[in-house]
Amino acid sequence: MSPRAACRLEALGFEQVYDYTAGIADWKAAGLPVEGTESPGLRIADATRPDIPTAQPHETFGIARQRANEAGWDEALVVDCEGIVVGRLRGSAWEADDELTVDTVMELGPTTVRPDGSLHSLLGRMNERGTKLVVVSDPQGHLIGVVLTGDAQRLATGEPPERIWKDCNGCPGRWSPAEQDT
Amino acid sequence: MVANIDRAQLLELIDEGAQVVDVLPDAEYTAQHIPGAVNLPLRQLNAETAAVLRRDKPVVVY
Repeated sequence: MSPRAACRLEALGFEQVYDYTAGIADWKAAGLPVEGTESPGLRIADATRPDIPTAQPHETFGIARQRANEAGWDEALVVDCEGIVVGRLRGSAWEADDELTVDTVMELGPTTVRPDGSLHSLLGRMNERGTKLVVVSDPQGHLIGVVLTGDAQRLATGEPPERIWKDCNGCPGRWSPAEQDT
Repeated sequence: MVANIDRAQLLELIDEGAQVVDVLPDAEYTAQHIPGAVNLPLRQLNAETAAVLRRDKPVVVY
């Protein structure tokens, strides 16, 4: 429908016409807000925190673990150069040899959820399976953050989360190119 | 020439003052739409209804 609308606007003389072909479904799947009468209820995005430490596949595991530990976490997510989630470091992998590279110890392809999903539904699944942390990504697989059971539980019972996250610029524990160079 | 854009480009255009147009039927727009979008359903899109849009700013349809 939007391609025809875009063509019609051009025919009407508009010179700067763009078509967001993925539409509102893509917008919502990225956890972005919508307006309208249809209340989405609590969404996964509402409980998502972006401060999970990250590592790159090629870096040394010991450095990634130290960075995560210093940020107060005992796990990290592995993202590629485009920010797409490719692995997870936790559990027994957390005890691996410092000299190994991240890609040799990480769990491959962790399960992710979309931020526009129902938080209540996710919380039900987390409680059922005893899951403490769920990875949230956009439809292309880019890391958005994680949902912790405690945060989801607080929101579901009407309590505010410990912190309202706006973005993760400067989150402790995040891999950065500058750090890689040192 | 109409350019297809992705979400990141849409966000940049919004920051630059683009006008976002939801061309879905009124009921769907009323239920949910991108914040700030105006509704110009495709079936009603003509010179008269499009007059609400500024010609000096980018227009993004979805």
